[in-house]
Amino acid sequence: MTNHSLIDEHRDDEGSKTGMWIFIFTELLLFGGLFIVYSVYRYLNPMAFHLAAEELDVFLGTANTVILLVSSMTIAMAITSIQLKRKGLALILMGVTVLLAIIFMVNKYFEWTGKISHGIFPGSEILHQSSQGEILFFGLYYAMTGLHALHIIVGVGFIGYVMWLVKIDDVKHDDYVILENSALYWHLVDLIWIFLFPLFYLIT
Amino acid sequence: MDNGQHTHIVKYSTFVWILIILLVLTFSSVAITQLDLGVYTVTGALLFASIKSVIVLMYFMHLKFDKKFYAIMMAGIVLLLTSVIIVTFLDYLYR
Repeated sequence: MTNHSLIDEHRDDEGSKTGMWIFIFTELLLFGGLFIVYSVYRYLNPMAFHLAAEELDVFLGTANTVILLVSSMTIAMAITSIQLKRKGLALILMGVTVLLAIIFMVNKYFEWTGKISHGIFPGSEILHQSSQGEILFFGLYYAMTGLHALHIIVGVGFIGYVMWLVKIDDVKHDDYVILENSALYWHLVDLIWIFLFPLFYLIT
Repeated sequence: MDNGQHTHIVKYSTFVWILIILLVLTFSSVAITQLDLGVYTVTGALLFASIKSVIVLMYFMHLKFDKKFYAIMMAGIVLLLTSVIIVTFLDYLYR
């Protein structure tokens, strides 16, 4: 009979991280495709996109950019904390990341409800009277920032789960690849926003 | 560590500096797009975004400290996306 007392825990950090990167690549291709759709429609309707982009609040967009950049730093620091065996600090830093993500979503909520109360949402009366280009701009705005916001919600769940793993010492200084993967995912969300922000808010 | 990775610990101060650089770049990109630069507004904003993403990839996403393999794959994806964008616009500009 096989001796089961010497079961070696199977662990492949390199493979785990490579898998996460491949997932990130598929996400980049997904958003990359949407960016191409945006640029082509922008090229075909320059005036309408210019007018529509003026409707967006640069201040809110900038605030959300700062929030995401800071949260990216805190999750990156959480890895350093785990490596230095500072469990408490790692949990605080991850908690700050989740908190900032929620603040981002609150901002997004106010931004969207503001637009919707002005009658700007897909299928609204006001948009129906606007030009084809403006309909396209706001359609892409809701689709792309909405898909991005969905990623933020998933990120909150993912980081929350890893926080629990850290708490029960399932993730510790010599075994933390899932924390690295959640951080990579969070940086991806940041990376996408780095391009969404200028395309929708800054370029008018 | 027996599997020979994760040996590099990035200092907290490095991340703080990276954040400061990213914030400066963000505010600069907001500033230049408020100026009336015509077509260069788009170029400028995208240039700032590209610099920011390279910094995020290298430091926050550890590409600078990890195995070169990840950075090479990432470069491949950037190359693929860039070529698709170029081909799409060649089609739209010269049809």
